[in-house]
Amino acid sequence: MNSLLCSALFFLFNAAQAAQQALPEDGGGPLAGLKQAGTVNFVVLAGLLFVVGMAGVLTRRNIIVIFMSIELMLNATNLNFIAFARYWQLQGSLTAANGQMFTLFVIVVAAAEAAIGLALILAHYRNRKTVEVDEIDLLKW
Amino acid sequence: MPLLNILGYPTIYETFAILPELLLVLFGCAALVLDVLLPRERKELTAYFCLAGIGTALLALWQVFETNRIRLPFTVFYGMIAVDGFSLTLRLVALVAAALAIAMAVKYLDVEEEQHGEYYALILFATSGMMFLSSGVDFITLYVGLELMALSVYVLVGYLKWNVQFHEKRGEKSSEAALKYFLMGAFSSAILLFGFSIIFGLTGTTNVEQVAGLLPGLFKANMLTTTGDARLMAIMGIALVAAGLFFKIAAVPFHMWAPDAYEGAPTSVTAFMSVGPKAASYAMLARIFLVAFAPLRVTGDPQIPGWAVMFGVVAALTMTVGNVAAVTQQNAKRLMAYSSISHAGFILLGFVAGNEMGYAGAVFYLMAYTVMNLGAFGVLLSLRSEERVGDKLDDLNGLYQKQPALALMMLVCLLSLAGIPGTGGFMGKFYLFGGLIQAGNKWMNILAVVAALNVVISLYYYARFIKAMFTGKEKEEAPVTLSPPLHATIVLTVILVLVMGLYPQPFSQLSRFAVERLGPPTPPQAAQK
Repeated sequence: MNSLLCSALFFLFNAAQAAQQALPEDGGGPLAGLKQAGTVNFVVLAGLLFVVGMAGVLTRRNIIVIFMSIELMLNATNLNFIAFARYWQLQGSLTAANGQMFTLFVIVVAAAEAAIGLALILAHYRNRKTVEVDEIDLLKW
Repeated sequence: MPLLNILGYPTIYETFAILPELLLVLFGCAALVLDVLLPRERKELTAYFCLAGIGTALLALWQVFETNRIRLPFTVFYGMIAVDGFSLTLRLVALVAAALAIAMAVKYLDVEEEQHGEYYALILFATSGMMFLSSGVDFITLYVGLELMALSVYVLVGYLKWNVQFHEKRGEKSSEAALKYFLMGAFSSAILLFGFSIIFGLTGTTNVEQVAGLLPGLFKANMLTTTGDARLMAIMGIALVAAGLFFKIAAVPFHMWAPDAYEGAPTSVTAFMSVGPKAASYAMLARIFLVAFAPLRVTGDPQIPGWAVMFGVVAALTMTVGNVAAVTQQNAKRLMAYSSISHAGFILLGFVAGNEMGYAGAVFYLMAYTVMNLGAFGVLLSLRSEERVGDKLDDLNGLYQKQPALALMMLVCLLSLAGIPGTGGFMGKFYLFGGLIQAGNKWMNILAVVAALNVVISLYYYARFIKAMFTGKEKEEAPVTLSPPLHATIVLTVILVLVMGLYPQPFSQLSRFAVERLGPPTPPQAAQK
């Protein structure tokens, strides 16, 4: 698992380097590099975040950490939507703003989900005094 | 689909199209207030108040249909919500499921000493989410509707709290089931969303009909651009969306949460979540795969199979695994969970068939499954009393001696679930298998044979219920008592099951009305409008 995470971080580093190389020679303000970065860079970053989140869900044992990993996956989705919305805006698409709207809805729903999820975790902790998924085994087969 | 008005911005007439949902939310909020005002021993009045709310929503739905009959189908709110046969039919199914689930829960919650208004309010909120799922034609509407439904049901599953005087581990099981359901649901939502974001990236739109118009262009020859092959991206997006939706309907590689959530939840919630949210998830699956991804059902390229192949494999696996796992279960709720997994596989057959008979069969089966499953759960709910937990298969022992009429009604529901002629379940299976055979493909014929073999396996475990009811020796003397609402609900479901089996014309007409717009792939120029 660690090797997978390491390779993911390595690709992340490469993607960041690619974004760095997109910087114009003469600088041009603090956000110039971000403005120059292509859609591909963002999509690669979002894909890596999504994979890291998914690996977290599948391997971690603590419910809180699993929950954090799910939030990471949702944020990867947001990044994807924003990057694609910018891409389609530059292409002159009339429906490009839908991507940004979708991100707003995802943020709001993720907040509601966090409230309910943490409440359920608390309720379960009161009953069983544990947050380790290995010990949540009353219901099986 | 044309827009309702030509002004370009939503008007009050458009708001009228979502009046049933608005009414449900209003009644849900009012039920929360009413719950505070009522004294402790009169809390069940909230249930009847919520039933009145559902009745009002049904009237509003009828009004929406009556006043717009000549204009159907059209979209409102900038093409976000569709008013068409499919949305009207599935909204009706959602309302009926919610009404029956509320009527069944009143007595059960009294026995569990958990009679609170929040329960009924949450069912109303979940139902409005289900109705938005049925009518949404935009990824944003579909996602928000899905989460509105799912968040309410997570809370309902974890509704029971620890109480020392009740059966062992009641609260522990409930909260554990809620936690598992929540984690799996949130995980699958994230996967689904990532799929949506990829589809948005490829097409630049979130509207299902526009996506349907733009996706086939990616599969034209020579799409290998400098930045890569767009077809790979499209396949990944479709696979992620499919995985997220298979989680929601509990199809087989992603079914693990269902038995746990169904067993731990309060029985009345199990009854509700095995029909309502499941039917709504199917509505979403149909909107996305039969409209947005319809052109990719079968691709011309022999190297890239369309999604029909994936659905066929998943359907066969779902039916088989669900049925085989159900055979050995001792807990009645867990058994019904595996049986509902296998029914999910049967309904997927309609998507695989890809013709009108298959689609109409899927809708018909959803309607029949809703009433027959609620009927069976109604009988399981009647077993719960102060002395008996009522979720073991053995608890049904000797039911025929105690309550002959109840045992016979359970028999009808079980025979319908197994698909015996004369019941609604048989007609549903008839249409589904007929659609497969009508498609006239060798693999679909094989799939129909696999499905028919699965019916035999399912007959075995439904017969275990029947054996317990009619020949089982009763261990304890505790009587089975029925409250009037529960009794009325079971009788109503049994009548509906028999009518669907003996006189299916109105229901098959309704399901044909529902799917007339889904149909085979729309020609690109029509879809782009």
